[in-house]
Amino acid sequence: MRIRILSKKIRGPLVKKVEDLSGQNIFSCYQCGKCSAGCPITSAMDILPAQIIRFVQLGEVDEVMNSRTIWLCASCLTCATRCPKGIDVAKVMETLRVISLRDKGSFLEPSKNFSGDRLADMPQQALVSSYRKYTD
Amino acid sequence: MIKIKFAYYPGCTLRTKAREFNESVKAVSSVLGIELEELPSWTCCGAVIPLVTDNVMNLIAPIRNIIYAKKHGHDMVALCSFCYNVLKRANNAVKEDPEKLQKINDFIEEEKKYDGNVKVFHLLELLKDKIGFENLGKMVKKNLSGLRVAPYYGCMLLRPAEIGIDDPEEPRILENFLEALGCEVVDFPFKTECCGSYLTVSSPDTAMECSYNILNSAVKNKADIIVTSCPLCHFNLDEKQEEMVKKYSDFKKISVTYFTRPLEIALGMDITDRSERDFIEILKGKNLLE
Repeated sequence: MRIRILSKKIRGPLVKKVEDLSGQNIFSCYQCGKCSAGCPITSAMDILPAQIIRFVQLGEVDEVMNSRTIWLCASCLTCATRCPKGIDVAKVMETLRVISLRDKGSFLEPSKNFSGDRLADMPQQALVSSYRKYTD
Repeated sequence: MIKIKFAYYPGCTLRTKAREFNESVKAVSSVLGIELEELPSWTCCGAVIPLVTDNVMNLIAPIRNIIYAKKHGHDMVALCSFCYNVLKRANNAVKEDPEKLQKINDFIEEEKKYDGNVKVFHLLELLKDKIGFENLGKMVKKNLSGLRVAPYYGCMLLRPAEIGIDDPEEPRILENFLEALGCEVVDFPFKTECCGSYLTVSSPDTAMECSYNILNSAVKNKADIIVTSCPLCHFNLDEKQEEMVKKYSDFKKISVTYFTRPLEIALGMDITDRSERDFIEILKGKNLLE
């Protein structure tokens, strides 16, 4: 895809917001790809974790906010453990989810989106985490 | 025998869906001289730690439970990997950030101010550091030699590194524990991979693929059973196997249990009435149970 790089976007308020909320220095990433290599969920993702960081560096926050990827990250922290630059990618993913949740409301509500039969067997911790991660 | 006392935090899942894990823990701890006194008024820890800097609200639940432990007068022990992770991370978060601690203390006005000095442990840490695997080995009544066990850590016991019970990439604690019981430890490359976690609610196919990869790797490495300490890992790895049989033609089932189960057997306890049936069958097949 073609991206028009604009300094006002790169240094814009949205990138600053991602950095503030995640507490991570997005620009220290040099795209080694270790996060994408270790991520167990990449087969289901539309944008790889390292690419998410790259899009944010280029100011294309909207692009990643509309991706499936941010809702598939399970915060397993394999990426955070292995990043040679010490970036906690899971915190960036959560930041992107949180911006979306605060802006647009819940991504899904387990009790509304799934049948009671399926949820009845779930361990409580799965339901509590889903609500914490997907509702506003 | 040593006697040590802790404030026990079972968490929601060990008191409901994973009751058998709670029973197993109670059984082994009493024999080992670890007194786990359940906190009288615990609440859910929130299951996941907030990962954005401005979310202080979701730290309140874990910190309130830690305050209960403080009131109880003992350090805290959790068994569920999620609870352990959340309690320990929340505890560190307020210790490192006096402003956050102040905010939370102001909010939880009905309790005494928390000063950050309660320690949070996982039972495996107590077995390693308070009892010692060598001593544990001496307490074994039935050596589990011949039982090939794949130790599955998952995420929450190991990551992030600062709260992990062992090295996040090359952990040995479960291996050493199992070796003390006489088990044959199976090394397999997926022992620290994510099982799919709570994606089992929202993206079940994705979660199942993660779990399938873990199980498949353990089977290929000729494990008899897999042990875990997380009820959600247990759910994803164990209860989804019927569906996996239908979905993946090469899939072979394997028994999944909590790490305290082999310990019960090794300590000479009778678990026939309360353990997973497939685990019992394997033990019988190995002549470890009559």
